Amino acid sequence: MRNFNALNLAREALRGHKGWGQQWRNPEPKKSYDVIIVGAGGHGLGTAYYLAKEHGIKNIAVLEKGWLGGGNTGRNTTIIRSNYLYDESAGLYNHAVKLWETLSQELNYNVMFSQRGVMMLAHNVHDVQSAQRHIHANRLNGVDNEWLTPQQAKDYCPPLNISRDARYPVMGAALQRRGGVARHDAVAWGYARQASAMGVDIIQNCEVTGINRAPGGEVTGVETTKGTIGAKQVGVVAAGHTSVLMEMAGVQMPLESYPLQALVSEPVKPVFPCVVMSNAVHAYISQSDKGELVIGAGTDSYLSYSQTGSMHILQHTLDAIVELYPMFNRMKMLRTWGGIVDVTPDRSPILSKTPVKGLYVNCGWGTGGFKATPGSANVFAHTIARDEPHKINAGFNLDRFRNGRLIDEAAAAAVAH
Amino acid sequence: MKPAEQQKFRVPGRGSRIGTKSIGFTFDGKSYEGLEGDTLASALLANGVHLMGRSFKYHRPRGVLAAGVEEPNALMQISRDAARTTPNVRASVQEIYDGLSAESQNRFPTLNFDVGAVNNLLSPFFAAGFYYKTFKWPAAAWDKIYEPFIRRAAGLGQSPTEEDPDRYSNRFAHCDVLIIGGGAAGLMAAKLAAKKKQNVILCDENPQFGGWLLSDTDISVDGQTGPEWAAGVTAELAAMDNVRLLNRTTGIGYFQQNMLVLNERITEHQSRLEPGEARERMWQVRADKVIIAQGAIERHMVFPDNDRPGIMQASAAQSFLNKYGVAVGSQVAVYTACDTAYAAAFDLAEEGVEIPIIVEHRTDIADELVAQANELGVRVITGAVVEGTGGKLRINSITFAKQNGNDRETIDVDALITSAGWTPSLHLYSQSRGKPAWDEDTQRFLPGVSPQNNVSIGACNGTDELADIFAEAAKAVGARAGKHMIKDDVSTAGGLIGATGNAADKGKAFVDFQNDVTAKDISLAVREGMHSIEHVKRYTTNGMATDQGKLSNMHGLAIASKMLKKPIPSVGLTTFRPPYTPTTFGSFVGHSRGKLFDPTRKTPVHDWAVEQGAEFEPVSHWQRAWYFPRSGEDMHQAVDRECQTVRQVAGVFDASTLGKIEVVGPDAAAFMNIIYTNGWDKLKPGRAKYGIMCREDGFIYDDGVVGKLSNNRFHVTTTTGGAPRVLNHMEDYLQTEFPEMKVWLTSTSEQWATIAVQGPKAREIIEPLVSGADISNEKFPHMSVVECQVCGVPARLFRISFTGELGFEINVPADYGRSVWEAVWERTEPMGACAYGTEAMHVMRAEKGYIIVGQDTDGTVTPYDAGLSWAIAKAKPDFVGKRGLQRPDLLADGRRQLVGLATKDPKKVLEEGAQIVADPNQPIPMKMIGFVTSSYWSGTLGKSIAMALVEDGNNLKGKSLYVPMVDEVIEVEVTGTIFYDAKGERLHG
Amino acid sequence: MLLIHCPYCKQDRPELEFANAGESHIIRPKDMSDMSNAEFEKMFFIRDNPKGVSLERWRHIHGCGRFFNALRHTVSDKFLKVYKAGEPRPSESEIAELMK
Repeated sequence: MRNFNALNLAREALRGHKGWGQQWRNPEPKKSYDVIIVGAGGHGLGTAYYLAKEHGIKNIAVLEKGWLGGGNTGRNTTIIRSNYLYDESAGLYNHAVKLWETLSQELNYNVMFSQRGVMMLAHNVHDVQSAQRHIHANRLNGVDNEWLTPQQAKDYCPPLNISRDARYPVMGAALQRRGGVARHDAVAWGYARQASAMGVDIIQNCEVTGINRAPGGEVTGVETTKGTIGAKQVGVVAAGHTSVLMEMAGVQMPLESYPLQALVSEPVKPVFPCVVMSNAVHAYISQSDKGELVIGAGTDSYLSYSQTGSMHILQHTLDAIVELYPMFNRMKMLRTWGGIVDVTPDRSPILSKTPVKGLYVNCGWGTGGFKATPGSANVFAHTIARDEPHKINAGFNLDRFRNGRLIDEAAAAAVAH
Repeated sequence: MKPAEQQKFRVPGRGSRIGTKSIGFTFDGKSYEGLEGDTLASALLANGVHLMGRSFKYHRPRGVLAAGVEEPNALMQISRDAARTTPNVRASVQEIYDGLSAESQNRFPTLNFDVGAVNNLLSPFFAAGFYYKTFKWPAAAWDKIYEPFIRRAAGLGQSPTEEDPDRYSNRFAHCDVLIIGGGAAGLMAAKLAAKKKQNVILCDENPQFGGWLLSDTDISVDGQTGPEWAAGVTAELAAMDNVRLLNRTTGIGYFQQNMLVLNERITEHQSRLEPGEARERMWQVRADKVIIAQGAIERHMVFPDNDRPGIMQASAAQSFLNKYGVAVGSQVAVYTACDTAYAAAFDLAEEGVEIPIIVEHRTDIADELVAQANELGVRVITGAVVEGTGGKLRINSITFAKQNGNDRETIDVDALITSAGWTPSLHLYSQSRGKPAWDEDTQRFLPGVSPQNNVSIGACNGTDELADIFAEAAKAVGARAGKHMIKDDVSTAGGLIGATGNAADKGKAFVDFQNDVTAKDISLAVREGMHSIEHVKRYTTNGMATDQGKLSNMHGLAIASKMLKKPIPSVGLTTFRPPYTPTTFGSFVGHSRGKLFDPTRKTPVHDWAVEQGAEFEPVSHWQRAWYFPRSGEDMHQAVDRECQTVRQVAGVFDASTLGKIEVVGPDAAAFMNIIYTNGWDKLKPGRAKYGIMCREDGFIYDDGVVGKLSNNRFHVTTTTGGAPRVLNHMEDYLQTEFPEMKVWLTSTSEQWATIAVQGPKAREIIEPLVSGADISNEKFPHMSVVECQVCGVPARLFRISFTGELGFEINVPADYGRSVWEAVWERTEPMGACAYGTEAMHVMRAEKGYIIVGQDTDGTVTPYDAGLSWAIAKAKPDFVGKRGLQRPDLLADGRRQLVGLATKDPKKVLEEGAQIVADPNQPIPMKMIGFVTSSYWSGTLGKSIAMALVEDGNNLKGKSLYVPMVDEVIEVEVTGTIFYDAKGERLHG
Repeated sequence: MLLIHCPYCKQDRPELEFANAGESHIIRPKDMSDMSNAEFEKMFFIRDNPKGVSLERWRHIHGCGRFFNALRHTVSDKFLKVYKAGEPRPSESEIAELMK
């Protein structure tokens, strides 16, 4: 594998870039592996990478029914932040942000992590209380998050409308300066390239159609569109399709899969310097390096695996964007698309062992899984390698729905009164 | 200056849609004239201007490539004024109007001299994916140094910086047949469907219907030219009541169950804007049947330096000539692999434009074409490739040779038109969730099975002959085409996808113009392991520009497929996504701006509070009076005064926003027993009770006081924000779990205005206003309800208190709300009582330890946690949440419980949301054992008060805990939650 | 935007009038005291989430207000059947028939 650096790039430039090899191999599956990861998104590829790098397990396959990075990894609005309320969440997402900060160097692949700051707006007294609660908790958890007055928020993000006459006036904002965005595809590609170099087989266009178990119940491998593949351990990292896959092993999940849409505008010169989220009016926006405004919409209300959503969701999203940034009304939507997000009852992910020996599951990221990619992959690899959770993901187990020990970020943030 | 001198490329006698009126406009500050009906591109070309833009990455000079929406190069900033400025407008689509001002984009300082063009020199370094391979060192430098530089270089036009003053409108429509595209196919389908009395909507993105008919002089129908026939049918349709014609209207999206979204542009071609006129209108059309007649888009040839200004699609040149009367050059060479380019060349030749050469990529072509070329004196070389072009800001030469490299020749040209064949537009078909099917014979994707009730006809269905198109249109609407005399001699044979010659390896052969993606870039991506077309697209950005791959996708796919040695269908096709062409945000938003963004709910007393100078706070959809400052008072002072006035005298409070639900029926009490944790059997009519409801999981869902009016009627109140979901929750249980219960639920939130009168003088204030009830302390004790009259108005009067004082809540029909309020106020004010807002209400309820659901609870709090175990009727066999409350973690020790906090320094007011620790000296991350839910300065008590959820709080009473702030640690003592009148004597006064 | 047939109003109405109300035919026992934690988990949290035919509830919330049941395919988003609350769960064979 050729190192990616400016010198090699210059050398290659002189000879028409003929010397770059494949970033990852495209092998046929072997008969069996120590570990099979189902799903070659950022979380799955990252899991394989950390299994190989940190746990010395090299005989790994990552199976992908489509093309690697083609699910939510390549469809999200790439917001990265860690200013979550609960200790468990703060621990997990902050672990991820720390890994993000050196990921380009670690992977020798520029994932373009841009710490331009994530600002979350407060539009009423309840939002302010909630934001303050987050800020105080984050401070004691070592997570940066600070309160901005409306004017400070506008200084940080000039397009923001802070008029007191707005339908939902901005009453302030919580800013995490270490938050930001990254290049989503590069994350999948960077992990794939390094994992492949360490011997991980990434097998695309290989759909898992069954999970095989021994009479004793433990996992023995998977059935795929490319035949039977044996494995001692199987990690399911399949986002919206998790329920379908886990059902193959007889495990029913507390998940629902919804369409989530996003859109970009036509590219324009730099106009929007940071990331701004508003939960109250459902508007999430940043500007990509290409110049497109990248805008996240809400989910549709019904289950769907169609990767398409409804027009009125897009309308509502743009209503909110224009409410907060009236100057964008004349901008044009270039493209909209949809993903399938798997949502848990407490809106927190599941990174867990399962009732089936040798079967592990990483799912339930809802609308916000991208930000956790390196952290999630890192602790999930630990969970598989040690057959026990890392202390960071111990709370994100499947048992919590039985005993009631939920990590309910949504309930803690969004109850109106 | 005379237009004739300026517009030296104007061809008299040509131009099916051009008028004679002269129109003045500016481009980069320079004045030009065009003719009515011109697009910006055709008007500039008429003036000999080809250089219209700069590419995204290399800042290469670019001219217009297309005559339609697929244009990737000629994008401009069009401005009417500072606020009405629009970036990235395609010059090939924008119609000119008097005074139009266009600026080129992505260049500095000028279009002719752009320093960004240095990128072109560095282009070997900037190959596909280069940024993934570098800019990683040092780690912190990406977003501080490299990224800002890249961001500035990228982007195209400028975002507006002022609020858009224009209006946008929205309409819904239903029809039998919706036809997208008003070319020959769409017009015929519309005509036949309309004759069958069907309700028809026909839309076309262009100003005029006719599609390709307007650009082709070789077609005639029933003795009419194409434009004449199109105009005739359009007029016929326009006269019919059952047809709606929408020109300048693009079908941008195809959603579920035949709902399509159309974007109509109303004023963008007008010089003057009428006041109030909408700029654009969004149509959401639900159609029984959809006929897709989107046509096809011509591909360019992919060869080295194929992007110089003056190089364009053959069909564009033909459109510029035949629609707009503009010759695209005076020495126009042709490079083609498709027969249609010949018609363009011949049309130009007929007008005296020199066609020095037709470089034909194919070795075999129809003899008639060669013969016709020879007749016009045009030379054809077959089996040949264009190897390169010369020129800087405009093409000035081409070099071509036989495919084997023989007979190389360089000639002077001032334009080059190319055709690699046509790509059927599958956008809407694909958005309807149809799967495109590969047609090996013609090397193109065509519509496959239709998953919704739609049919594709005409060029987008791969049907090219006019007679066949008419037949297809007839079949689509279940009619007969009728007999038509059709002359349509132009062959559409041929076509090529991918690069020609060795362009995939050498030189800059552009596949995607705007994003500067070359054939070599596609090759590199494949070489680097990008084997899925989606990977190729993302790695190279091919097809991701503002034209969304309308020109580039098939070429990119073919180049990748060739390298992979895999058939095209197995490499895959990227997904078509809405919108078909870029669409203004404002047209999605329509009227949902400003005050209309979301409804604002106001109580009947709202205007009174405004008159009194109240400050308001938004609570869900409501605006609630927050406090009533008197002159010179800040919020703190106003709230202090309001609280103390209520405690000492009395106050009135607008509680109308509280949710209210009428629960009626013989099983009403039984139903209440299910929904609430409390028991309702023993409550007597005329009495009220505080109720708590949980979700099935045992966490508090909502609360409120409930009055029992009779054995089968309850007046339920909910939190302000909770009313809709509580009613839904109740309906859910009633309709689906307990359908046998005879209970009816009605929302009465907006039917009742609720006026709270609280304080020692509350009774004195209201007593004279009340008739039909004895409200003495004996007859009407705390937690009573009675139906009576207040000010002669039928009322429900509660004796309840959310302040801890003697209190009443008067419910009167909302229409009487303001007058009853004012009658109360007339008695209130002279006594020295006041009106108070939500903030004072919050303080007083906190002084009494009354919780607010959503503030002191957060969806993870059980009634036990909140100190409300008394409100749980454990003996009831069932209530929602009963089983959930038994789960292990909800019974575990150490749950967070609601307690009071007293700051060691009584003047110190804690911050709401502040976190609580047992040991303030521990390192970060600290173990947090709770947080402050409510905190206020209590003027009444002369000290701060707070409530908090604290782990095992009930067992920590009297203990010291700590609240670490940024600059200090605040010590607090755990207390009970009732800070004022612990015995509750005042309630009963 | 989906077009939904309300079995009470007997009309096709746009999705904006409706609220999805989650999986249907989940039995809430009359006596929940015997439920194990696992059974409670299954009732309250575990969901079929099928890639295929979803048995789900909708409420015509901005119309007649009634809850009703629907079979809808979660890949095409097409409704196969709507029926009133309280009517029995369609059999597997009926679902298979509707899928055709």
